Amino acid sequence: MSNPSSNSSSITEIVNKGLKKRYRSEFMFRLYGITSILFAAAFLIVFFSSIIDKGYSAFTQGELNISIYLDPEIIDPDNTLDEEEIRYANYDKLVFDSLKNFFPSVSSRKERKELKALVSNGTSLRIQSLVLDDMSLIGKTLDLSVKLDSDIDMFLKGNVDITLDESQRRISDNQVKWTNELKTKGLISQKFNSTLFSAGDSREPEQAGVLGALVGSFFMLLITFIVAFPLGVAAAIYLEEFAPKNKFTDFVEVNINNLAAVPSIIYGLLGLAVFINFFGMPRSAPLVGGLVLALMTFPVIIIASRAALQSVPPSITDAALGVGASKIQTVFDHVFPLALPGMLTGSIIGMARALGESAPLLMIGMVAFVVDIPSTPLDASAALPVQVYLWADAPERGFVERTSAAILVLLFFLLVMNSTAIWLRNKFEIKW
Amino acid sequence: MSFSFFLLVIIILGLGSYYFGKSKALALKQNDVVHSLPKYYGYYALVWFATPALIIVSLWLIFSEGIVTNQVISTLPDNIKTLPTNELTLILNDIKNKAAGNLVAGESFIGFELAAETYNSYSKIAENIIIYSSIVLGLISFIFAYISISGKLRARNRIESIVSKILLVSASIAIFATAGILLSVLFEAIRFFQIISFDDFIFGLTWSPQMAIRDDQVGSSGLFGAIPLFLGTGLISLISLTVAVPVGLMTAIYLSEYAPSRVRAVTKPMLEVLSGIPTVVYGFFAAITLAPFIRDFGETLGMNIASESALGVGLVMGIMIIPLVSSLSDDVISAVPQAMREGSYGLGATKSETIKRVIIPAALPGIVGGILLAASRAIGETMIVVMAAGLSARLSINPLDAVTTVTVQIVTLLVGDQEFDSPKTLAAFALGLTLFVVTLILNFYALRIVRKYREQYE
Repeated sequence: MSNPSSNSSSITEIVNKGLKKRYRSEFMFRLYGITSILFAAAFLIVFFSSIIDKGYSAFTQGELNISIYLDPEIIDPDNTLDEEEIRYANYDKLVFDSLKNFFPSVSSRKERKELKALVSNGTSLRIQSLVLDDMSLIGKTLDLSVKLDSDIDMFLKGNVDITLDESQRRISDNQVKWTNELKTKGLISQKFNSTLFSAGDSREPEQAGVLGALVGSFFMLLITFIVAFPLGVAAAIYLEEFAPKNKFTDFVEVNINNLAAVPSIIYGLLGLAVFINFFGMPRSAPLVGGLVLALMTFPVIIIASRAALQSVPPSITDAALGVGASKIQTVFDHVFPLALPGMLTGSIIGMARALGESAPLLMIGMVAFVVDIPSTPLDASAALPVQVYLWADAPERGFVERTSAAILVLLFFLLVMNSTAIWLRNKFEIKW
Repeated sequence: MSFSFFLLVIIILGLGSYYFGKSKALALKQNDVVHSLPKYYGYYALVWFATPALIIVSLWLIFSEGIVTNQVISTLPDNIKTLPTNELTLILNDIKNKAAGNLVAGESFIGFELAAETYNSYSKIAENIIIYSSIVLGLISFIFAYISISGKLRARNRIESIVSKILLVSASIAIFATAGILLSVLFEAIRFFQIISFDDFIFGLTWSPQMAIRDDQVGSSGLFGAIPLFLGTGLISLISLTVAVPVGLMTAIYLSEYAPSRVRAVTKPMLEVLSGIPTVVYGFFAAITLAPFIRDFGETLGMNIASESALGVGLVMGIMIIPLVSSLSDDVISAVPQAMREGSYGLGATKSETIKRVIIPAALPGIVGGILLAASRAIGETMIVVMAAGLSARLSINPLDAVTTVTVQIVTLLVGDQEFDSPKTLAAFALGLTLFVVTLILNFYALRIVRKYREQYE
């Protein structure tokens, strides 16, 4: 016959024996949880610091203070003041001459080439347009701050290893020497890189900007919103308020859920096959991009709008129906206005995702190199994320920092859109 | 008349018909019983005006190009008319460019200028016909509607039935979109399989899609064996899931079972940021920061790691998927009834024992569904692999090698110059079809599992 008290004490002993191990495993388990959160946090920190570290320098650009004598002998030797004559004058020589003033000893062909390459090759175009705007400048001396070539700029920002052999870097010993001389004379300064926000794409890093891509992305989002928001909201209203419970409704729901999870590149294939090849719409145009993104955003908007419609309490519907409103009047005059902020919030978040999407845009030819800023949704254009992709592929060192800068611009707009959504939600959301 | 002016006229006329319809109803109301609110009569008139106008305009947008082109072709000289289709298309493109006022490389035949002018004048005629006929028809139909407005007309019911039809059509767009995706990919894929046999594609071990410049060139046929791509996609997805599943699951468990509200308040937005970062940015990070780091790290250990290794790509992709896994698991873990936890605590189990022995088994179907969704996301992910993974197809399951994926190949085949009939371009659609079918099956089952699981505890 067993003794109950000794039996229970032995159970306590067994439990106590195991306790330490169990507590340890409890502790370890909790530690795993904390570790995984810290892992994600650490990644975010590394990620953002790496992008900012690479990108912040792109917001400034090295410029050289230079005086350029607008020699009438070169610009307009016959004093014709003829625009065509002046347009085709040798402005490169003007720039070269004024650079030569700093370093009169330059003579060999190689040295001349290196000297010319100190400043951006867009300089002569800039002088040309200045002269064409105001012909009275001819014969005067212009004090200008001109952009340095991107390679020199990279050297100044410390991104060129000058201990390497001359042949292994993009800037020559002479250029290093000259740049340092100009710098000690105080002629070189880092200025805010306004080109980054006012120019389209370019092969030269110092002349490249994100404006073209920004405008392209804006047109696309506009079309996405115009197409996807009304359709998405209408579909959500139908499914939430009117749809009978039958096979067709189930089928629609299955389709929406699947569309939300279809890889984005497939939407690109659809755009290529249907919009471009079948309907003959222009390649690289924000119109097509917007339509493709609209199809992608459509299920997202439906899902968000349905959630917003569900959150409107049934008492509202009952009250409206009770005073004799028809079903449609109830929905459009009462339920819809109350659900609208929630729908907008969800749609803005969906649009933010569309803004960051690039895979489908590659399919419909938005990877073209476009210098001009698009003025209508039918013009060829880039998009912000695609610009990131294009610049990330460019071999010049100057594009690495510009890629990161474009990423920062992209992230900034995503932040703005998401904060707008959160602000909307907080301001207009009604707690029932 | 320019298109925007035409649009303006249509809008003004539309507003006008609304106004007239409404005011007639208001006037009737003075001395008669009117069935609906006056605004519904306005809408009624508006619908009658706009429908014929819109139908004509959309017919114009769809057909005018083809009709005008056919008219122009019929005026071309006979020797041009009988050219093969693709040459004729080129010439027509030149004519259209010329007609639009662009510079054209060369005028290929006598009468080229004339053709461009003909094109312009026919387009003009077509445009005028459409503009005036749509306005006139719209007005006629408006007048009929206006006359028919009376107190007995049930305008609200008519409008409401139209509105509910519009809603139904909007919802059906989801079906059209799926069908559109399937058909567009399927048609091109079928053309591909007419050239390359299905078996060679699915079971072939070599992928080298370059086509011959000359017919007698060595290896001119191009090899389209997709096994290396499937293997590469699988490898990278597997690596990413090995990162994402433990981390995402543990995050979700910690957040829903352990974390004090302050930790939740910080961690949730952090995960949202992680999921909000565009994939092209992840790709840039993988290619510029992580891949060189892994390569250099491997060098210090004396290993030879490709700078486009599957490991680096998989790692970054895994991090991208963490929020997806974590939010889906969070949902299913919170759906486990509280009673099950309390039962376990009551038997003396510690928290972690409860989680491991009760909650996870109970939530397992939902978690598996979430993992399947994550896998489908990993398989279809494009930008990270395009930017950071390899281009050449290699039959390898070594995570330190550079491998390529289905999506990378679709992009490389379709970006840049393409001729639309070559197997090379069509192969992209065959790959797209495979991708679509695989992700469709994964999503379908994942969503079914998740839904069944939810119903179980509701």
